[in-house]
Amino acid sequence: MPVIPLTAQVQWSIPDIPWGAISPELVLFGTGILVLLLETAGPHRLRASALAFLAAAGGAAAGYGLTGEVTWPALLALAGLAQLALTATWRERPRVLSALLSALGIVATLGVVAWQWQTLAGGELLATQSGLADMVAVDGVALFTRVTVLLAALVSIPLGWSYLETRRIHRAEYYPLLLFAAVGMNLLASSQDLLMVFISLEVLSLALYILTGFAKRDLTSQEGALKYFLLGAFSSAILLYGIALSYGIAGTTNIPAVGAAVAAADTPAALAVIAMALLIVGFAFKTALVPFHMWTPDVYQGAPTPVTGFMAAATKAAAFAAFLRIFVGAMGASQWSWIPALWTLAAITMLVGAVLAVVQDDLKRMLGYSAVAHAGYAAIGLIAATREGVSGTLFYLLVYAVMSVGAFGVLSMLERRQRRAVSISDLAGFGKRFPVPAGMLSLFLLSLAGIPGTAGFMGKLAVFRAGVFAGQWVLVVIAVLSSMIAAFFYIRVIRAMFMDDEPDDLETFELEPTPGLSAGLAASAAIIVVLGVWPTVVIDLAEQAAAFAG
Amino acid sequence: MTTTIATYTGVYGMPEAGSAIDLAWLIPVVPAVSAAVLLLIGKRLGRYAAHVAILAIGFSAVASTIAFTELLALPEEARSVISPVATWLEVGDFEVAWSILIDPLAAVMLLLVTWVGLLIHVYSIGYMEGDERYSRFFAYLNLFAASMLVLVLGDSFLTLFVGWELVGLSSYLLIGFWFEKRAYATAAKKAFVVNRIGDVGFMIAMFLVFSATGSLAFAEVLPMAPEIASGTAVAIGLLLLVAAAGKSAQIPLFVWLPDAMAGPTPVSALIHAATMVTAGVYLVARVSPIYATVPGVGLTVAWIGVATALLAALIACTQNDIKKILAYSTVSQLGYMFIGVGLGAQVAGVFHLLTHGFFKALLFLAAGSVMHAMADETNPWKMGGLRKVMPITFATSLLGWLAIAGLPPFSGFFSKEEILVAALDPPGAQGIWVIGTIVAGLTAFYMSRWFFLIFLGPKRYEQELPGVHPHESPPSMTLPLVLLAVGSAAGGLLNATPASLLRFWDPETSFLSSFLAPSVVPYYGDTPFIPHVPAVAIVTAVAVAGVAAAWALYLREGVDHVALRERLGGFYQLSYQRFYVDELYEATLERGGRGLANAFTTFDRVVVDGAVNGIGRGVAGLATVGRRVQTGYVRSYALAVAAGTVLLAAIFLGGLLNGQG
Repeated sequence: MPVIPLTAQVQWSIPDIPWGAISPELVLFGTGILVLLLETAGPHRLRASALAFLAAAGGAAAGYGLTGEVTWPALLALAGLAQLALTATWRERPRVLSALLSALGIVATLGVVAWQWQTLAGGELLATQSGLADMVAVDGVALFTRVTVLLAALVSIPLGWSYLETRRIHRAEYYPLLLFAAVGMNLLASSQDLLMVFISLEVLSLALYILTGFAKRDLTSQEGALKYFLLGAFSSAILLYGIALSYGIAGTTNIPAVGAAVAAADTPAALAVIAMALLIVGFAFKTALVPFHMWTPDVYQGAPTPVTGFMAAATKAAAFAAFLRIFVGAMGASQWSWIPALWTLAAITMLVGAVLAVVQDDLKRMLGYSAVAHAGYAAIGLIAATREGVSGTLFYLLVYAVMSVGAFGVLSMLERRQRRAVSISDLAGFGKRFPVPAGMLSLFLLSLAGIPGTAGFMGKLAVFRAGVFAGQWVLVVIAVLSSMIAAFFYIRVIRAMFMDDEPDDLETFELEPTPGLSAGLAASAAIIVVLGVWPTVVIDLAEQAAAFAG
Repeated sequence: MTTTIATYTGVYGMPEAGSAIDLAWLIPVVPAVSAAVLLLIGKRLGRYAAHVAILAIGFSAVASTIAFTELLALPEEARSVISPVATWLEVGDFEVAWSILIDPLAAVMLLLVTWVGLLIHVYSIGYMEGDERYSRFFAYLNLFAASMLVLVLGDSFLTLFVGWELVGLSSYLLIGFWFEKRAYATAAKKAFVVNRIGDVGFMIAMFLVFSATGSLAFAEVLPMAPEIASGTAVAIGLLLLVAAAGKSAQIPLFVWLPDAMAGPTPVSALIHAATMVTAGVYLVARVSPIYATVPGVGLTVAWIGVATALLAALIACTQNDIKKILAYSTVSQLGYMFIGVGLGAQVAGVFHLLTHGFFKALLFLAAGSVMHAMADETNPWKMGGLRKVMPITFATSLLGWLAIAGLPPFSGFFSKEEILVAALDPPGAQGIWVIGTIVAGLTAFYMSRWFFLIFLGPKRYEQELPGVHPHESPPSMTLPLVLLAVGSAAGGLLNATPASLLRFWDPETSFLSSFLAPSVVPYYGDTPFIPHVPAVAIVTAVAVAGVAAAWALYLREGVDHVALRERLGGFYQLSYQRFYVDELYEATLERGGRGLANAFTTFDRVVVDGAVNGIGRGVAGLATVGRRVQTGYVRSYALAVAAGTVLLAAIFLGGLLNGQG
């Protein structure tokens, strides 16, 4: 009997994975791992570092032995070596390097997304519209949302740097967690299967839970993390139940198939609508639609401020992408059932968010409630359920991401100055003393209020227009009313900064904007102005994205 | 009689390349750039900041004049010109070009805004002398002028709206300029918030227009106006009325304007005379083809206008603050303009807008000059007898007073009479004429009171303000006064040629009427009316009576004002307390809003909590882990999630029972 090698006997079946479909996530994930490895470097961490090297080397060897591939095991081995070299040479924990590497990874990912876009928009599809055994969709919604998420993550890196330093919570896990959260969001945005939806939702949630509680010694941070975790688990369970019901109806978790099954005549309608309701709860929780919003102010307040900005912006974008794909895309035929439900949620979200924001005194809570109201505006495009609607929502979320990251960025600068939460009365005289950061905050707030000339106005215009076209008059009127109420509190902050007198007992303080902070804020402000004056290019991209939505 | 007046054709031409109209986009851009420069490096420019700002607005004024003459050189039917600047938004079938629309209506507005704006800039050199934020002030003035010019030149609802919002924002900056004083900041906020209410009307109207016509450009929407379903047109008209009422301070949104007096006086002149408040009148005139299809809505506009005119005039009669009196008088005069544009006599409305621009700017600047001399005192009872001390201010104010009182042959007489005459014909509008005539008498009364108390009579300030030695203002302040006085006195000639002095209301013979005709669609035909001359005589007589009454009360010796007030009792209080409108709003709207917010908060924090405590332990497991926390209970949040899920399911099932879509 000839001796058959072990590998041949076991018949390793390597699934033919169209790597191109999830290449952005691979790059991002790889960067995360790399940064994590890097963080074990440092003279006092020889043991951890050696372990990490062994793991990398072992992984590389195993990979080569099992698949015969050369490229990626070699890369892994190289990374291990580099990390070992760093350990030997680097004096301190290489935080600058981590931050830089993370930023570079995100930029590289953006490059990959651009490549995908080029291939997709050029008519030359990447294998199919969907990849990974129909698990992942490669379409405009996914690509545009990736851009939004990545931009938010990219900007929050320089914005967060000095904040984390000052609060002494600049620990190793920060950047990898940020990157993993972004991976989860990107995957959620491109999920084509309800199980994939659930998995990516958990990936991003777990990373965010930890990030929320990142300020270990701060009670509010701990409280926020715990609340977020408990309620997140609760809503995940509801979502999972909805997925189970969907599976019961369709016999599959593939989203288009579920959509078809829900619309099919022989499906028990009651079962179908309950499944939809439960799915909506899951996403409404992540996007903070009323009444699933109650965690937002607490969590936003507790989380380290740069994290809050990222969380508010990117999570919303990802969850709305899932909303769009599942409801506008797959369940378009069942519009009659889910539009009234989402309509109700959006209407009360806009009103409650705006009214509650007015009475807040803590700036972070105020921005938290304002985030709630903005989720309502973004939902208008979803409810319109048209191409304009999809592109409007995508564009709105991108704009909101920039405004929100910017506003929270300025806030983190202020908190650094005060070493505690910032209330509106703390801002008195801020504008006179520091006109540039105060002016930037004003710009972000005006944009959030939707004043023409800023990106926020264009975003509102896009979704409102879609709503009007789809005949959702009442909803648009509610939105206009809500944004009118909202103007009150944005203006209140601006007035406090520029028109109120500085309190006499205010101790003198210095505001030292680091280069990273200045660059991040300047970039956000520039985007707001450019998109406000000349938004055509980006709106075009959103339209394109909506055109090849799955 | 020849009737060769051009009418609205709905045809828009293109400008000749290289002409001033083609380059008209520079008119708002130059002051905007200047504002940016001054904001950035203004401090280093020192006193030269004013020169930069004046050069910028001066450029706009000259350019506007050249564009105006070019427009005059064109044949009448080709005077609506659209000059494309850039494509702004292009998304699928939705396209908004950033273009500039110059037609007769825009051209006269341009002239008013830039020239009066220029004079106010010049005046500010002297008035703001020594202020620590000198350059910042001029930057804001430039910014404000630029915003207003964007508004006037906008060729679509959207571009007009951009200017509209920018005007609101920059007025917020200007009113709050001296923000050390808390009242100023509050006034600025009030102005902003009330304007936002109007903006809501504008936005919704804009969406309606878009869904009805598929476009936002005036060149496409206005010619299609007759095809808009009348229900939609009514809604658009009413919503635009809300918008206009917000900007132009009409009932019920007029409360911000008198408070906005808190700003520096040149700002009052700029906002209350030439620019911001006229935006609403301009808007109604601009979309006249839409109002022409639903004249009933126009009548509503006119009634709102006359009601505002009456209310504000009554309030102005008892105020003891020279700027407040002027502010309420502005509200009242804007009411007249609304009568004009509402009744389809847009030319009369715009005519009054122009003359008012002259004499109100003059009066405000004169008030500023008086305050300058009196150490910022605003109570006219502490003045008196300034005639000799401030001869230029006195003489110019005299002309302004005669103009606003509507005495012939000064400018206000012509424009006011033209508006009131327009109310004689349309069915259901005669009441407007009657009330408008009463308001004319009141106007003459309170403006005479203002004038007499400040400039004539005994020198009360010698006792009341012992340390004050009034003096005439510097030339940079008096020169604008003189120029504006010329406009106030002779502005009536704009619409009255020598041939028509006796029949000045006849559109055929007057300049403004024939010039503006291609821009607007009048409704309620301009049939000659019989009792015009008697009507004009009655109004004039009432005005003279108003002046006489003021003379009897305020210039004769021995009138006991305290006793008089007591005899008037409630009426006096009602007027003096501004009919308690502010208090009413505070009691209802502000408290109501607070109450609503509190209700929501209560729901968020108490009801749900209480429900949890009451209903019990369903989510007790979570509660023990979450423990009591700073702001709320996790269990109550979880309950909200659960309740929301039930709510959603109920909505779904409800939809299901109602039949599947």
